[in-house]
Amino acid sequence: MYQSFLIKYAEIATKGKNRYLFEDALVRQIRRALKPVEGQFRVVKEQGRIYAHAGGAFDYDEVTDVLGRVFGIVAICPVVILEDEGFEKLTEDVIAYMDRAYPDKHMTFKVMARRARKNYPKDSCAINADLGEAILNAFPDIRVDVHHPDIYLNVEIREKIYVYSRSIPGAGGMPVGTAGKAMLLLSGGIDSPVAGYMIARRGAVIDAVYFHAPPYTSERAKQKVVDLARQVARYSGPIELHVINFTDIQLYIYETCPHDELTIIMRRYMMRIAGQIAEENGCLGLVTGESIGQVASQTMQSLMATNEVCTLPVYRPLIAFDKQDIVSVSERIGTYETSILPFEDCCTIFVAKHPVTKPNLKAIRRSEEKLQEKIHGMICTALETREIIRVE
Amino acid sequence: MEIYFDNAATTQVVPRVSDAVVRAMTENYGNPSSLHHKGYEAERCVREARESIASLLRADEKEILFTSGGTESDNLALIGAAMANRRTGNHLITTSIEHPAVLRTMGYLEEQGFRVTYLPVDDKGMVRAADFAAALTKETILVSVMYVNNEIGSVQPVAELSRLAKSYRPSIVFHSDAVQAFGKYAIRPAKEGIDLLSVSAHKFHGPKGVGFLYVKDRTKLKPILYGGGQQKDRRSGTENVSGIAGMAEAARLSCEDMEEKRQRLYGLKRHLSEGILKMEGTCIHGPAGEAGAPHVVSAGFEGIRSEVLLHALEERGIYVSSGSACASNHPASSDTLRAIGCEKRWLDSTLRFSFSDLNTMEEADACLEILKELLPVLRRYRRR
Repeated sequence: MYQSFLIKYAEIATKGKNRYLFEDALVRQIRRALKPVEGQFRVVKEQGRIYAHAGGAFDYDEVTDVLGRVFGIVAICPVVILEDEGFEKLTEDVIAYMDRAYPDKHMTFKVMARRARKNYPKDSCAINADLGEAILNAFPDIRVDVHHPDIYLNVEIREKIYVYSRSIPGAGGMPVGTAGKAMLLLSGGIDSPVAGYMIARRGAVIDAVYFHAPPYTSERAKQKVVDLARQVARYSGPIELHVINFTDIQLYIYETCPHDELTIIMRRYMMRIAGQIAEENGCLGLVTGESIGQVASQTMQSLMATNEVCTLPVYRPLIAFDKQDIVSVSERIGTYETSILPFEDCCTIFVAKHPVTKPNLKAIRRSEEKLQEKIHGMICTALETREIIRVE
Repeated sequence: MEIYFDNAATTQVVPRVSDAVVRAMTENYGNPSSLHHKGYEAERCVREARESIASLLRADEKEILFTSGGTESDNLALIGAAMANRRTGNHLITTSIEHPAVLRTMGYLEEQGFRVTYLPVDDKGMVRAADFAAALTKETILVSVMYVNNEIGSVQPVAELSRLAKSYRPSIVFHSDAVQAFGKYAIRPAKEGIDLLSVSAHKFHGPKGVGFLYVKDRTKLKPILYGGGQQKDRRSGTENVSGIAGMAEAARLSCEDMEEKRQRLYGLKRHLSEGILKMEGTCIHGPAGEAGAPHVVSAGFEGIRSEVLLHALEERGIYVSSGSACASNHPASSDTLRAIGCEKRWLDSTLRFSFSDLNTMEEADACLEILKELLPVLRRYRRR
């Protein structure tokens, strides 16, 4: 029954003279999202609004599902578009609309008419009153409530007449492509995909880096990370995933440094490598799934120690989240089931039974000095031999 | 270099078999139930396969029921026999080292109100006849004991156990999961007192997704699949004609020169086990030499996580399993190893090497060389 979707966006509207940039980005993202969907869609900016007009048949659930993943959208309103064939016909059509859209009529409503085409014979007050009365007469269970109605029935008189009353919540945030690019440190866990999702939701384009440690981590562990990247890409758009072979570096650290410092030193090198790839690829920051106190390497002291080696800002959107809250988001965005598959990631294979929770920076730096002989060459090799996988 | 030592998980389809599959797929594409000539040809293809397999087991062709593989055969055997005999008793006996296709089906039957005894095994993975005899009751209707264990290669005395069961209560139905045994042993179900026998084609160079269940004449079996009533109403569903043709070809092939091939496999087993035992911090689980199956070597490597060694071998082109491939999807370590009372230090450090007649002595040598190289390196980097 619907022929079009009115896209509502809030935050973008506050952006002053840059507004068109945000709107254009949103239009691009909507077009990208609708591309694989069955049916033809025309996405247009009209009178300060964005519409996705459907040409021909489409699957309503598929479209709302896809639009629900586009950042920058606050709400999606499915719209019925009517030709202007006189007020009597409009009344008939609106009653038919109400009948189909709301099988259960035990509710309150209010008509919100807008007469954009000023030569229409009735003004908006008269339209409100007349349509309201017709609906009340047609459905005995329905009531009017002008203050807090269950539904607002919007009737907009333009070239054609737009009727809509449903509003499906959108993903919120800002359209991807309005904020620059960030490099996500993606492991196989629950947190990092959520962190990537959250930064993409603020408009950032995401690339990712994964540290692979064969034979300690398996091909399936890598596949799992590719799958996670693909799931994040459903929201963020295409992701370039850089797969770094980290085994030699990890073993070298293992052999050379005190065992309880292993994880921190390893993470410092991960940050350095990720930072280097980020800068080469024009990223403006790193993104991690760290959250204060979650594990030994995420105490404030440890975070400080890993942060020290970063030159780019590190965005940690989950920093104050409880685990359960992260799990909830991950379930909602669909990464949870993949995240909990039991494959070992490279952070855990050599982890000490009692890693330091309050690393001493001086000691860490001293330990790293022992690595200076070979580590730069190893990092170069790791960067040169990296595999780049583009996921969409 | 590629050395495939994971033949207990699955085997390579050989050209003779894939030719038979392609031929059946492209030429005998009819539905065996169709009345016309095309259907008749497909039916003949299935019948020839049935006769061929029956003759290898010295069985009657009507005793062979085609299925989708080992899991379905086990499910049909256990659920089918238990349900068909539920009026004469509600007790079932099996072992604690069966494949999950048996163990989990037994779990389902427990939910359905049956009582199940899970027999322990000794440190070589063998069921003790005395335990078995003691478990028999007047309520026992069905026994399921695997022919060859998939993880450590222990070979159960099925004929002896069947004799004990039948002399205690003649109506007891005896099932054996022979998925790892077919093609390695000349199985004669009638002589060995086996009423139901599960076999899967892909363990002997046949295609995946096809297997059979030997059902001794007059054994009562309630179907688990309902539909078009194919295979005399006992297993509905259009026959997997090409898979069945491939399985029959693979079965004939695996039973040609069986004794000679088995001796070659024992040669490989002996060579690899002895070579591994010469290395420090190793052990071999299960029965040594000819007391166990010819194609399975289960070896422990102290201080090395099996998954790491598996992937390290893989980097060198050698494919093996940790525990059994079916159990590898779960992080929990092998139930069979636990059941034989294996020390904790081996549980997560055991690999299974399993051969087929395509493997060579040179491959075993190469594998030993690479193990010698890898063990000290991997032991240097262990969790401290």
